[in-house]
Amino acid sequence: MHNFELAKAYTTTQARDLLAEKPNSILKAGGIDVIDHLKQHLIAPNRLVDIKSVSGLDDIDVDRDGNLRIGALVTLARVAADEDIKKDFPALAQACGEAASPQIRNVATIGGNLLQRPRCWYYRLESYKCIKKGGDTCFAIAGMNRYNVIFGGGPAYPPHPSSAAVPLVAYGASLVLEGPEGTRTVPAGEFFVLPDVDPERENTLGEGEILTEIRVPAAAGKKSAYAEVRERAGFDWPVVSAAVAVEEDGGSVKSARIVLGQVATIPWRATKAEEALVGQPLGAASAEAAGQAAVDGAEPMTDNGYKVDLVTALVRRVVASLA
Amino acid sequence: MARKLPAAEDQSRAPGFSRRNFLKTAGVGAAASTVVGVGGACTKEPTVIGPDATTLRLRVNGTTQTVTVEPRVTLLNALRNELDLTGAKEVCNRGACGGCTVLLDGDPIKACMMLAADAEGHEITTVEGLGSPDEMSPLQKAFVEADALQCGFCTPGFVVSGTALLAKNPDPTLDEIKDGLAGNLCRCGTYSRIFEAVQKTARRG
Ligand SMILES: Cc1cc2nc3c(=O)[nH]c(=O)nc-3n(C[C@H](O)[C@H](O)[C@H](O)COP(=O)(O)OP(=O)(O)OC[C@H]3O[C@@H](n4cnc5c(N)ncnc54)[C@H](O)[C@@H]3O)c2cc1C
Ligand code: FES
Ligand code: FES
Repeated sequence: MHNFELAKAYTTTQARDLLAEKPNSILKAGGIDVIDHLKQHLIAPNRLVDIKSVSGLDDIDVDRDGNLRIGALVTLARVAADEDIKKDFPALAQACGEAASPQIRNVATIGGNLLQRPRCWYYRLESYKCIKKGGDTCFAIAGMNRYNVIFGGGPAYPPHPSSAAVPLVAYGASLVLEGPEGTRTVPAGEFFVLPDVDPERENTLGEGEILTEIRVPAAAGKKSAYAEVRERAGFDWPVVSAAVAVEEDGGSVKSARIVLGQVATIPWRATKAEEALVGQPLGAASAEAAGQAAVDGAEPMTDNGYKVDLVTALVRRVVASLA
Repeated sequence: MARKLPAAEDQSRAPGFSRRNFLKTAGVGAAASTVVGVGGACTKEPTVIGPDATTLRLRVNGTTQTVTVEPRVTLLNALRNELDLTGAKEVCNRGACGGCTVLLDGDPIKACMMLAADAEGHEITTVEGLGSPDEMSPLQKAFVEADALQCGFCTPGFVVSGTALLAKNPDPTLDEIKDGLAGNLCRCGTYSRIFEAVQKTARRG
Protein backbone atom coordinates (compact mmCIF):
# COMPACT_ATOMS: atom_id res chain seq x y z
CA MET A 1 0.00 0.00 0.00
CA HIS A 2 1.17 3.50 -0.86
CA ASN A 3 2.36 5.35 2.25
CA PHE A 4 0.85 8.67 3.29
CA GLU A 5 0.50 11.22 6.04
CA LEU A 6 -2.51 10.90 8.27
CA ALA A 7 -3.97 14.19 9.45
CA LYS A 8 -6.76 14.45 11.95
CA ALA A 9 -9.15 17.39 11.90
CA TYR A 10 -11.50 18.47 14.67
CA THR A 11 -13.44 21.09 12.71
CA THR A 12 -14.51 21.32 9.08
CA THR A 13 -12.34 24.42 8.70
CA GLN A 14 -9.32 22.46 9.86
CA ALA A 15 -10.22 19.68 7.47
CA ARG A 16 -10.47 22.03 4.52
CA ASP A 17 -7.19 23.70 5.44
CA LEU A 18 -5.45 20.36 5.82
CA LEU A 19 -6.78 19.36 2.41
CA ALA A 20 -5.76 22.58 0.71
CA GLU A 21 -2.33 22.71 2.33
CA LYS A 22 -0.92 19.63 0.65
CA PRO A 23 -1.48 18.68 -2.98
CA ASN A 24 -3.08 15.29 -3.55
CA SER A 25 -4.77 15.13 -0.16
CA ILE A 26 -8.08 13.34 0.26
CA LEU A 27 -10.75 13.08 2.93
CA LYS A 28 -11.36 9.94 4.92
CA ALA A 29 -14.43 9.22 7.01
CA GLY A 30 -15.01 5.57 7.94
CA GLY A 31 -12.26 4.73 5.48
CA ILE A 32 -13.82 1.57 4.06
CA ASP A 33 -13.73 2.75 0.46
CA VAL A 34 -10.54 4.78 0.86
CA ILE A 35 -8.65 1.77 2.25
CA ASP A 36 -10.01 -0.42 -0.53
CA HIS A 37 -8.71 2.06 -3.11
CA LEU A 38 -5.32 2.16 -1.39
CA LYS A 39 -5.06 -1.63 -1.30
CA GLN A 40 -6.03 -1.86 -4.97
CA HIS A 41 -3.44 0.79 -5.89
CA LEU A 42 -6.14 3.01 -7.37
CA ILE A 43 -5.08 6.11 -5.45
CA ALA A 44 -1.77 7.36 -4.08
CA PRO A 45 -2.58 10.33 -1.85
CA ASN A 46 0.09 12.33 -0.04
CA ARG A 47 -2.21 12.85 2.88
CA LEU A 48 -5.43 11.43 4.25
CA VAL A 49 -7.45 13.98 6.17
CA ASP A 50 -9.44 12.05 8.74
CA ILE A 51 -12.70 13.80 9.56
CA LYS A 52 -14.07 11.21 11.96
CA SER A 53 -13.21 13.42 14.96
CA VAL A 54 -14.84 16.54 13.53
CA SER A 55 -17.43 17.54 16.06
CA GLY A 56 -21.05 18.18 15.19
CA LEU A 57 -21.23 15.87 12.19
CA ASP A 58 -22.52 12.77 13.94
CA ASP A 59 -25.99 13.68 15.13
CA ILE A 60 -29.39 12.44 14.06
CA ASP A 61 -32.06 15.01 14.67
CA VAL A 62 -35.78 15.23 13.89
CA ASP A 63 -37.29 18.67 14.36
CA ARG A 64 -40.81 19.48 15.53
CA ASP A 65 -42.14 19.42 11.98
CA GLY A 66 -40.65 16.00 11.36
CA ASN A 67 -37.74 17.11 9.16
CA LEU A 68 -34.76 14.81 9.55
CA ARG A 69 -31.11 15.81 9.65
CA ILE A 70 -28.34 13.24 9.62
CA GLY A 71 -24.72 14.26 10.13
CA ALA A 72 -22.42 12.94 7.42
CA LEU A 73 -20.43 10.92 9.97
CA VAL A 74 -23.35 8.92 11.35
CA THR A 75 -22.65 5.24 10.70
CA LEU A 76 -24.95 3.05 8.64
CA ALA A 77 -25.54 0.98 11.79
CA ARG A 78 -26.84 4.01 13.67
CA VAL A 79 -29.12 5.07 10.81
CA ALA A 80 -30.54 1.54 10.66
CA ALA A 81 -31.15 1.38 14.42
CA ASP A 82 -32.57 4.86 14.94
CA GLU A 83 -36.16 4.70 16.20
CA ASP A 84 -37.29 7.94 14.51
CA ILE A 85 -35.83 6.88 11.18
CA LYS A 86 -37.34 3.41 11.46
CA LYS A 87 -40.77 4.93 12.14
CA ASP A 88 -40.87 7.84 9.66
CA PHE A 89 -38.28 6.90 7.03
CA PRO A 90 -38.43 3.10 7.00
CA ALA A 91 -36.96 2.78 3.51
CA LEU A 92 -33.80 4.54 4.67
CA ALA A 93 -33.46 2.45 7.83
CA GLN A 94 -33.90 -0.69 5.78
CA ALA A 95 -31.45 0.22 3.02
CA CYS A 96 -28.75 1.13 5.54
CA GLY A 97 -29.51 -1.97 7.63
CA GLU A 98 -29.07 -4.25 4.62
CA ALA A 99 -25.99 -2.57 3.21
CA ALA A 100 -22.73 -4.52 3.51
CA SER A 101 -22.25 -6.46 6.78
CA PRO A 102 -22.65 -5.70 10.49
CA GLN A 103 -18.90 -5.04 10.85
CA ILE A 104 -18.84 -2.61 7.89
CA ARG A 105 -22.01 -0.83 9.00
CA ASN A 106 -20.40 -0.12 12.37
CA VAL A 107 -17.65 1.87 10.64
CA ALA A 108 -19.00 3.11 7.29
CA THR A 109 -20.55 6.57 7.43
CA ILE A 110 -23.64 7.64 5.53
CA GLY A 111 -21.64 10.46 3.92
CA GLY A 112 -18.94 8.08 2.73
CA ASN A 113 -21.63 5.71 1.53
CA LEU A 114 -23.05 8.36 -0.79
CA LEU A 115 -19.58 9.33 -2.02
CA GLN A 116 -18.05 5.86 -2.45
CA ARG A 117 -16.80 5.00 -5.94
CA PRO A 118 -18.33 2.33 -8.21
CA ARG A 119 -17.69 -1.36 -7.67
CA CYS A 120 -17.41 -2.39 -11.33
CA TRP A 121 -14.57 -4.92 -11.30
CA TYR A 122 -12.81 -3.28 -14.24
CA TYR A 123 -12.72 -0.02 -12.31
CA ARG A 124 -11.48 -1.78 -9.17
CA LEU A 125 -8.69 -3.67 -10.91
CA GLU A 126 -5.52 -1.65 -11.31
CA SER A 127 -4.61 -3.42 -14.54
CA TYR A 128 -7.65 -2.10 -16.44
CA LYS A 129 -7.20 1.51 -17.39
CA CYS A 130 -10.89 2.03 -17.99
CA ILE A 131 -12.69 5.20 -18.92
CA LYS A 132 -13.43 5.92 -15.26
CA LYS A 133 -9.67 6.08 -14.68
CA GLY A 134 -8.85 8.26 -17.65
CA GLY A 135 -8.68 5.47 -20.22
CA ASP A 136 -10.70 5.48 -23.38
CA THR A 137 -13.08 2.56 -23.03
CA CYS A 138 -15.47 0.87 -20.65
CA PHE A 139 -14.34 -2.75 -20.56
CA ALA A 140 -17.79 -3.86 -19.44
CA ILE A 141 -19.19 -3.20 -22.92
CA ALA A 142 -17.37 -6.14 -24.50
CA GLY A 143 -16.53 -7.88 -21.23
CA MET A 144 -18.33 -9.36 -18.25
CA ASN A 145 -21.27 -7.07 -17.59
CA ARG A 146 -23.82 -9.09 -15.64
CA TYR A 147 -23.67 -6.61 -12.74
CA ASN A 148 -23.54 -3.48 -14.90
CA VAL A 149 -26.28 -1.03 -15.77
CA ILE A 150 -29.42 -1.12 -17.86
CA PHE A 151 -30.09 2.63 -17.50
CA GLY A 152 -27.97 5.74 -17.86
CA GLY A 153 -24.94 4.02 -19.35
CA GLY A 154 -22.43 5.52 -21.74
CA PRO A 155 -19.59 6.09 -22.07
CA ALA A 156 -19.14 4.20 -18.75
CA TYR A 157 -21.53 1.53 -17.44
CA PRO A 158 -20.92 0.95 -13.70
CA PRO A 159 -23.90 0.80 -11.35
CA HIS A 160 -24.01 3.46 -8.67
CA PRO A 161 -22.97 1.58 -5.53
CA SER A 162 -24.70 3.47 -2.72
CA SER A 163 -27.57 1.68 -0.99
CA ALA A 164 -28.39 4.76 1.12
CA ALA A 165 -28.74 7.03 -1.92
CA VAL A 166 -31.73 5.11 -3.26
CA PRO A 167 -34.21 5.91 -0.44
CA LEU A 168 -32.67 9.36 0.08
CA VAL A 169 -33.52 10.36 -3.50
CA ALA A 170 -36.98 8.82 -3.05
CA TYR A 171 -37.57 10.96 0.06
CA GLY A 172 -36.40 14.10 -1.76
CA ALA A 173 -33.38 14.58 0.52
CA SER A 174 -30.77 17.27 0.01
CA LEU A 175 -27.09 17.38 0.81
CA VAL A 176 -25.34 20.19 2.64
CA LEU A 177 -21.86 20.81 1.25
CA GLU A 178 -19.30 23.09 2.84
CA GLY A 179 -16.57 24.35 0.56
CA PRO A 180 -14.06 27.12 0.04
CA GLU A 181 -16.78 29.30 -1.52
CA GLY A 182 -19.25 28.72 1.31
CA THR A 183 -22.06 26.31 2.00
CA ARG A 184 -24.55 25.06 -0.56
CA THR A 185 -27.51 22.72 -0.38
CA VAL A 186 -28.14 20.42 -3.33
CA PRO A 187 -31.09 18.08 -3.89
CA ALA A 188 -29.74 14.51 -3.78
CA GLY A 189 -31.48 13.86 -7.10
CA GLU A 190 -29.31 16.53 -8.74
CA PHE A 191 -26.06 15.74 -6.94
CA PHE A 192 -25.39 12.49 -8.79
CA VAL A 193 -24.42 12.87 -12.44
CA LEU A 194 -24.44 10.62 -15.46
CA PRO A 195 -21.14 9.48 -16.99
CA ASP A 196 -21.82 11.42 -20.17
CA VAL A 197 -21.30 14.58 -18.09
CA ASP A 198 -17.92 13.31 -16.85
CA PRO A 199 -17.10 9.59 -16.97
CA GLU A 200 -14.55 9.96 -14.16
CA ARG A 201 -17.03 11.08 -11.56
CA GLU A 202 -20.41 10.16 -10.15
CA ASN A 203 -21.42 13.42 -8.50
CA THR A 204 -20.83 17.15 -8.39
CA LEU A 205 -18.85 17.35 -5.14
CA GLY A 206 -16.54 20.31 -5.66
CA GLU A 207 -12.83 20.55 -5.02
CA GLY A 208 -12.29 20.91 -1.28
CA GLU A 209 -15.96 20.44 -0.45
CA ILE A 210 -17.10 18.48 2.59
CA LEU A 211 -20.49 16.87 2.89
CA THR A 212 -21.64 17.88 6.34
CA GLU A 213 -25.28 16.92 6.56
CA ILE A 214 -28.16 15.16 4.87
CA ARG A 215 -31.57 16.78 5.18
CA VAL A 216 -34.72 14.81 4.58
CA PRO A 217 -38.05 16.64 4.48
CA ALA A 218 -40.77 15.40 6.82
CA ALA A 219 -42.35 12.20 5.55
CA ALA A 220 -45.41 12.21 7.79
CA GLY A 221 -48.35 10.87 5.82
CA LYS A 222 -46.06 9.30 3.23
CA LYS A 223 -46.03 5.57 2.72
CA SER A 224 -42.60 4.24 1.83
CA ALA A 225 -40.68 1.00 1.51
CA TYR A 226 -37.38 -0.37 0.24
CA ALA A 227 -36.37 -3.82 -0.93
CA GLU A 228 -33.41 -5.34 -2.70
CA VAL A 229 -32.55 -8.55 -4.50
CA ARG A 230 -29.24 -10.28 -3.84
CA GLU A 231 -27.71 -13.45 -5.17
CA ARG A 232 -27.08 -14.66 -1.61
CA ALA A 233 -29.70 -14.25 1.09
CA GLY A 234 -27.00 -13.07 3.49
CA PHE A 235 -24.52 -10.26 3.11
CA ASP A 236 -23.96 -9.41 -0.54
CA TRP A 237 -24.24 -6.43 -2.85
CA PRO A 238 -27.76 -6.05 -4.20
CA VAL A 239 -28.18 -6.71 -7.93
CA VAL A 240 -31.32 -4.54 -7.95
CA SER A 241 -32.89 -2.36 -5.27
CA ALA A 242 -35.94 -0.12 -5.18
CA ALA A 243 -37.30 2.56 -2.87
CA VAL A 244 -40.85 3.84 -3.21
CA ALA A 245 -42.39 6.81 -1.39
CA VAL A 246 -45.98 7.85 -2.09
CA GLU A 247 -48.48 10.39 -0.78
CA GLU A 248 -52.14 9.55 -1.00
CA ASP A 249 -55.19 11.74 -1.24
CA GLY A 250 -58.68 10.35 -0.86
CA GLY A 251 -57.73 6.77 -1.60
CA SER A 252 -55.53 7.34 -4.62
CA VAL A 253 -51.90 8.25 -5.10
CA LYS A 254 -51.26 12.00 -5.21
CA SER A 255 -47.52 11.87 -5.79
CA ALA A 256 -44.92 9.11 -6.03
CA ARG A 257 -41.19 8.70 -6.17
CA ILE A 258 -39.76 5.43 -7.34
CA VAL A 259 -35.97 5.10 -7.30
CA LEU A 260 -33.94 2.15 -8.49
CA GLY A 261 -30.48 1.13 -7.28
CA GLN A 262 -27.72 -1.00 -8.85
CA VAL A 263 -29.24 -0.77 -12.34
CA ALA A 264 -28.09 2.71 -13.37
CA THR A 265 -25.02 4.89 -13.17
CA ILE A 266 -26.90 7.10 -10.69
CA PRO A 267 -29.79 6.39 -8.30
CA TRP A 268 -32.43 6.10 -11.04
CA ARG A 269 -35.82 7.73 -10.88
CA ALA A 270 -38.33 5.57 -12.70
CA THR A 271 -40.48 8.53 -13.71
CA LYS A 272 -42.76 6.50 -15.99
CA ALA A 273 -43.53 4.21 -13.05
CA GLU A 274 -44.24 7.24 -10.87
CA GLU A 275 -46.67 8.54 -13.50
CA ALA A 276 -48.33 5.14 -13.71
CA LEU A 277 -49.16 5.31 -9.99
CA VAL A 278 -50.46 8.85 -9.76
CA GLY A 279 -54.26 9.01 -9.64
CA GLN A 280 -54.54 5.26 -9.02
CA PRO A 281 -55.37 3.51 -5.76
CA LEU A 282 -52.49 1.44 -4.36
CA GLY A 283 -53.17 -2.19 -5.13
CA ALA A 284 -52.30 -5.15 -7.31
CA ALA A 285 -53.29 -3.42 -10.55
CA SER A 286 -51.34 -0.21 -9.97
CA ALA A 287 -48.36 -2.21 -8.66
CA GLU A 288 -48.33 -4.24 -11.87
CA ALA A 289 -48.58 -1.11 -14.01
CA ALA A 290 -45.75 0.57 -12.09
CA GLY A 291 -43.56 -2.52 -12.43
CA GLN A 292 -44.08 -2.60 -16.19
CA ALA A 293 -43.48 1.13 -16.56
CA ALA A 294 -40.34 1.04 -14.40
CA VAL A 295 -38.31 -0.58 -17.19
CA ASP A 296 -39.25 2.02 -19.76
CA GLY A 297 -36.10 2.94 -21.64
CA ALA A 298 -34.04 0.05 -20.29
CA GLU A 299 -31.04 -0.84 -22.45
CA PRO A 300 -29.64 -4.12 -21.20
CA MET A 301 -26.08 -5.12 -22.04
CA THR A 302 -25.08 -8.58 -23.27
CA ASP A 303 -25.30 -10.37 -19.90
CA ASN A 304 -27.63 -8.34 -17.71
CA GLY A 305 -31.05 -8.65 -19.33
CA TYR A 306 -32.17 -10.46 -16.18
CA LYS A 307 -32.10 -7.09 -14.40
CA VAL A 308 -35.03 -5.91 -16.55
CA ASP A 309 -37.26 -8.66 -15.21
CA LEU A 310 -35.99 -8.13 -11.67
CA VAL A 311 -36.84 -4.42 -11.80
CA THR A 312 -40.39 -5.18 -12.93
CA ALA A 313 -40.89 -7.76 -10.21
CA LEU A 314 -39.25 -5.73 -7.46
CA VAL A 315 -41.15 -2.50 -8.18
CA ARG A 316 -44.38 -4.47 -8.33
CA ARG A 317 -43.56 -6.09 -5.00
CA VAL A 318 -42.53 -2.90 -3.21
CA VAL A 319 -45.55 -0.91 -4.44
CA ALA A 320 -47.89 -3.77 -3.52
CA SER A 321 -46.39 -3.85 -0.01
CA LEU A 322 -47.67 -0.29 0.52
CA ALA A 323 -51.28 -1.10 -0.36
CA MET B 1 6.92 19.22 8.95
CA ALA B 2 7.34 17.77 12.41
CA ARG B 3 6.30 14.29 11.64
CA LYS B 4 7.98 12.32 14.33
CA LEU B 5 6.39 14.21 17.19
CA PRO B 6 9.30 13.55 19.54
CA ALA B 7 7.75 15.57 22.33
CA ALA B 8 4.70 13.38 22.36
CA GLU B 9 6.76 10.22 22.32
CA ASP B 10 8.85 11.37 25.23
CA GLN B 11 5.79 12.23 27.15
CA SER B 12 4.16 8.93 26.48
CA ARG B 13 6.78 7.36 28.66
CA ALA B 14 6.34 9.86 31.45
CA PRO B 15 3.99 9.05 34.30
CA GLY B 16 0.64 10.77 34.17
CA PHE B 17 0.50 10.64 30.39
CA SER B 18 -2.98 11.08 29.02
CA ARG B 19 -4.42 10.89 25.56
CA ARG B 20 -5.50 14.47 25.87
CA ASN B 21 -1.94 15.55 26.56
CA PHE B 22 -0.77 13.51 23.63
CA LEU B 23 -3.16 15.22 21.27
CA LYS B 24 -2.29 18.64 22.59
CA THR B 25 1.42 18.01 22.32
CA ALA B 26 1.16 16.32 18.96
CA GLY B 27 -0.90 19.25 17.80
CA VAL B 28 1.90 21.67 18.53
CA GLY B 29 4.20 19.73 16.25
CA ALA B 30 1.69 19.66 13.47
CA ALA B 31 0.42 23.19 13.94
CA ALA B 32 3.85 24.60 13.17
CA SER B 33 3.14 24.09 9.51
CA THR B 34 -0.60 23.73 9.74
CA VAL B 35 -1.70 27.27 10.23
CA VAL B 36 -5.34 26.85 10.97
CA GLY B 37 -7.81 29.52 11.88
CA VAL B 38 -9.15 27.98 15.02
CA GLY B 39 -11.19 30.26 17.20
CA GLY B 40 -12.08 28.94 20.64
CA ALA B 41 -9.45 27.83 23.08
CA CYS B 42 -11.36 24.59 23.54
CA THR B 43 -10.94 23.54 19.89
CA LYS B 44 -8.29 20.91 19.52
CA GLU B 45 -5.45 21.55 17.13
CA PRO B 46 -5.20 19.20 14.17
CA THR B 47 -2.52 16.51 14.20
CA VAL B 48 -0.44 15.09 11.39
CA ILE B 49 1.48 11.81 11.61
CA GLY B 50 3.57 9.91 9.08
CA PRO B 51 4.48 8.98 6.48
CA ASP B 52 7.24 7.64 8.74
CA ALA B 53 6.44 5.33 11.60
CA THR B 54 5.03 6.91 14.74
CA THR B 55 4.18 5.46 18.08
CA LEU B 56 0.53 4.70 18.70
CA ARG B 57 -1.03 3.74 21.97
CA LEU B 58 -3.64 1.04 21.57
CA ARG B 59 -5.92 -0.34 24.28
CA VAL B 60 -6.03 -4.05 23.52
CA ASN B 61 -7.79 -6.63 25.67
CA GLY B 62 -7.74 -4.32 28.65
CA THR B 63 -4.10 -3.25 28.55
CA THR B 64 -2.38 -0.32 26.89
CA GLN B 65 0.19 -1.29 24.29
CA THR B 66 2.39 0.81 22.06
CA VAL B 67 3.20 0.06 18.45
CA THR B 68 5.46 2.04 16.16
CA VAL B 69 4.03 1.84 12.68
CA GLU B 70 3.47 3.88 9.54
CA PRO B 71 -0.02 5.35 9.20
CA ARG B 72 -0.83 2.94 6.37
CA VAL B 73 -0.62 -0.06 8.69
CA THR B 74 -4.02 -1.59 9.34
CA LEU B 75 -5.25 -2.47 12.79
CA LEU B 76 -5.14 -6.12 11.72
CA ASN B 77 -1.46 -5.96 10.80
CA ALA B 78 -0.61 -4.04 13.97
CA LEU B 79 -2.32 -6.69 16.09
CA ARG B 80 -0.81 -9.63 14.26
CA ASN B 81 2.65 -8.39 13.35
CA GLU B 82 3.45 -5.96 16.18
CA LEU B 83 1.52 -7.35 19.13
CA ASP B 84 1.65 -11.03 18.20
CA LEU B 85 -2.12 -11.37 18.56
CA THR B 86 -2.72 -13.75 15.67
CA GLY B 87 -6.28 -14.74 16.54
CA ALA B 88 -7.75 -12.27 14.06
CA LYS B 89 -6.98 -13.71 10.62
CA GLU B 90 -6.06 -12.02 7.38
CA VAL B 91 -8.09 -13.82 4.74
CA CYS B 92 -9.65 -11.61 2.04
CA ASN B 93 -8.01 -8.42 3.35
CA ARG B 94 -10.87 -6.44 1.71
CA GLY B 95 -13.60 -6.37 4.35
CA ALA B 96 -15.52 -9.20 2.75
CA CYS B 97 -15.04 -12.30 4.90
CA GLY B 98 -14.98 -11.35 8.59
CA GLY B 99 -11.92 -13.45 9.40
CA CYS B 100 -10.29 -10.39 10.96
CA THR B 101 -13.25 -9.38 13.14
CA VAL B 102 -12.39 -7.67 16.43
CA LEU B 103 -14.47 -5.55 18.79
CA LEU B 104 -14.05 -1.79 18.87
CA ASP B 105 -15.77 -0.45 21.98
CA GLY B 106 -17.87 -3.62 21.94
CA ASP B 107 -18.95 -3.40 18.30
CA PRO B 108 -17.61 -5.87 15.73
CA ILE B 109 -15.50 -4.32 12.99
CA LYS B 110 -13.20 -5.64 10.27
CA ALA B 111 -9.66 -4.95 11.40
CA CYS B 112 -8.32 -5.28 7.84
CA MET B 113 -10.30 -2.18 6.81
CA MET B 114 -9.28 0.11 9.65
CA LEU B 115 -5.99 1.92 10.10
CA ALA B 116 -4.27 1.16 13.39
CA ALA B 117 -4.07 4.90 14.05
CA ASP B 118 -7.86 5.10 13.86
CA ALA B 119 -8.19 2.61 16.68
CA GLU B 120 -6.37 4.89 19.13
CA GLY B 121 -8.66 5.98 21.93
CA HIS B 122 -10.90 2.93 21.55
CA GLU B 123 -11.10 -0.36 23.45
CA ILE B 124 -10.07 -3.19 21.16
CA THR B 125 -10.99 -6.76 22.02
CA THR B 126 -9.59 -9.67 20.05
CA VAL B 127 -10.57 -13.31 20.35
CA GLU B 128 -7.65 -13.72 22.77
CA GLY B 129 -9.35 -11.22 25.06
CA LEU B 130 -12.55 -13.25 25.24
CA GLY B 131 -11.03 -16.33 26.83
CA SER B 132 -8.09 -18.70 26.79
CA PRO B 133 -7.83 -22.44 26.14
CA ASP B 134 -7.86 -22.97 29.91
CA GLU B 135 -10.61 -20.48 30.57
CA MET B 136 -12.85 -20.40 27.58
CA SER B 137 -15.75 -17.99 27.25
CA PRO B 138 -19.20 -19.60 27.13
CA LEU B 139 -19.35 -19.16 23.34
CA GLN B 140 -15.84 -20.54 22.84
CA LYS B 141 -16.84 -23.56 24.91
CA ALA B 142 -20.01 -24.01 22.87
CA PHE B 143 -17.98 -23.95 19.64
CA VAL B 144 -15.91 -26.84 20.96
CA GLU B 145 -18.94 -28.78 22.14
CA ALA B 146 -20.88 -28.26 18.93
CA ASP B 147 -17.79 -29.11 16.87
CA ALA B 148 -18.49 -25.84 15.07
CA LEU B 149 -15.36 -25.82 12.93
CA GLN B 150 -13.56 -27.76 10.28
CA CYS B 151 -10.36 -26.00 9.23
CA GLY B 152 -10.98 -23.40 11.95
CA PHE B 153 -9.67 -20.42 10.03
CA CYS B 154 -12.96 -18.52 10.26
CA THR B 155 -13.58 -19.48 13.89
CA PRO B 156 -12.02 -16.48 15.70
CA GLY B 157 -14.05 -14.08 13.55
CA PHE B 158 -17.28 -15.98 14.17
CA VAL B 159 -16.60 -16.16 17.92
CA VAL B 160 -16.02 -12.41 18.08
CA SER B 161 -19.12 -11.59 15.99
CA GLY B 162 -21.19 -14.09 17.98
CA THR B 163 -20.01 -12.61 21.26
CA ALA B 164 -21.05 -9.12 20.14
CA LEU B 165 -24.39 -10.44 18.94
CA LEU B 166 -25.17 -12.14 22.25
CA ALA B 167 -24.10 -9.08 24.23
CA LYS B 168 -26.70 -7.00 22.37
CA ASN B 169 -29.35 -9.68 22.01
CA PRO B 170 -29.00 -12.46 24.62
CA ASP B 171 -31.88 -14.48 23.18
CA PRO B 172 -31.65 -14.24 19.38
CA THR B 173 -33.87 -16.13 16.95
CA LEU B 174 -32.16 -18.21 14.28
CA ASP B 175 -32.80 -15.43 11.75
CA GLU B 176 -31.27 -12.86 14.10
CA ILE B 177 -28.23 -15.10 14.51
CA LYS B 178 -27.90 -15.35 10.73
CA ASP B 179 -28.16 -11.56 10.41
CA GLY B 180 -25.68 -10.96 13.22
CA LEU B 181 -23.15 -13.34 11.67
CA ALA B 182 -23.83 -12.30 8.07
CA GLY B 183 -20.47 -10.57 7.76
CA ASN B 184 -18.53 -13.76 8.44
CA LEU B 185 -17.90 -16.42 5.83
CA CYS B 186 -16.99 -20.05 6.47
CA ARG B 187 -15.32 -21.60 3.47
CA CYS B 188 -15.86 -25.08 4.92
CA GLY B 189 -19.59 -24.46 5.26
CA THR B 190 -19.90 -25.18 8.98
CA TYR B 191 -22.73 -22.68 9.37
CA SER B 192 -25.34 -24.93 10.97
CA ARG B 193 -22.96 -25.95 13.77
CA ILE B 194 -21.89 -22.33 14.26
CA PHE B 195 -25.52 -21.25 14.61
CA GLU B 196 -26.04 -24.14 17.03
CA ALA B 197 -23.12 -22.99 19.19
CA VAL B 198 -24.61 -19.50 19.42
CA GLN B 199 -28.07 -20.88 20.22
CA LYS B 200 -26.61 -23.16 22.89
CA THR B 201 -24.82 -20.26 24.53
CA ALA B 202 -27.99 -18.16 24.44
CA ARG B 203 -30.05 -20.93 26.04
CA ARG B 204 -27.54 -21.24 28.86
CA GLY B 205 -27.92 -17.50 29.47
C1 LIG C 1 -17.56 -6.28 1.55
C2 LIG C 1 -18.28 -4.98 1.34
C3 LIG C 1 -19.63 -4.97 1.00
C4 LIG C 1 -20.30 -3.77 0.81
N1 LIG C 1 -21.65 -3.77 0.52
C5 LIG C 1 -22.30 -2.59 0.35
C6 LIG C 1 -23.69 -2.53 0.06
O1 LIG C 1 -24.37 -3.54 -0.03
N2 LIG C 1 -24.26 -1.31 -0.12
C7 LIG C 1 -23.54 -0.16 0.00
O2 LIG C 1 -24.11 0.92 -0.15
N3 LIG C 1 -22.24 -0.18 0.26
C8 LIG C 1 -21.61 -1.37 0.45
N4 LIG C 1 -20.27 -1.37 0.72
C9 LIG C 1 -19.51 -0.12 0.64
C10 LIG C 1 -19.45 0.61 1.95
O3 LIG C 1 -20.75 0.79 2.46
C11 LIG C 1 -18.80 1.97 1.66
O4 LIG C 1 -17.48 1.75 1.28
C12 LIG C 1 -18.86 2.86 2.87
O5 LIG C 1 -20.19 3.22 3.15
C13 LIG C 1 -18.04 4.11 2.66
O6 LIG C 1 -18.19 4.93 3.81
P1 LIG C 1 -16.89 5.41 4.62
O7 LIG C 1 -17.36 6.28 5.72
O8 LIG C 1 -16.07 4.24 5.01
O9 LIG C 1 -16.21 6.25 3.48
P2 LIG C 1 -14.67 6.56 3.19
O10 LIG C 1 -14.02 5.35 2.64
O11 LIG C 1 -14.05 7.23 4.34
O12 LIG C 1 -14.86 7.64 2.02
C14 LIG C 1 -15.41 7.31 0.77
C15 LIG C 1 -15.22 8.49 -0.18
O13 LIG C 1 -15.99 9.60 0.23
C16 LIG C 1 -15.17 10.72 0.55
N5 LIG C 1 -15.78 11.28 1.76
C17 LIG C 1 -16.16 10.59 2.88
N6 LIG C 1 -16.83 11.39 3.72
C18 LIG C 1 -16.87 12.61 3.13
C19 LIG C 1 -17.45 13.86 3.50
N7 LIG C 1 -18.15 13.99 4.64
N8 LIG C 1 -17.31 14.91 2.66
C20 LIG C 1 -16.64 14.79 1.49
N9 LIG C 1 -16.07 13.63 1.09
C21 LIG C 1 -16.19 12.55 1.90
C22 LIG C 1 -13.78 10.19 0.71
O14 LIG C 1 -12.83 11.15 0.34
C23 LIG C 1 -13.79 9.00 -0.25
O15 LIG C 1 -13.58 9.46 -1.55
C24 LIG C 1 -19.59 -2.56 0.94
C25 LIG C 1 -18.24 -2.57 1.27
C26 LIG C 1 -17.58 -3.76 1.48
C27 LIG C 1 -16.13 -3.75 1.84
S1 FES D 1 -9.65 -10.38 6.21
FE1 FES D 1 -10.79 -8.69 6.93
S2 FES D 1 -12.77 -9.13 6.21
FE2 FES D 1 -11.60 -10.70 5.27
S1 FES E 1 -14.14 -23.90 9.44
FE1 FES E 1 -12.97 -23.67 7.62
S2 FES E 1 -13.53 -21.70 6.96
FE2 FES E 1 -14.90 -22.06 8.56
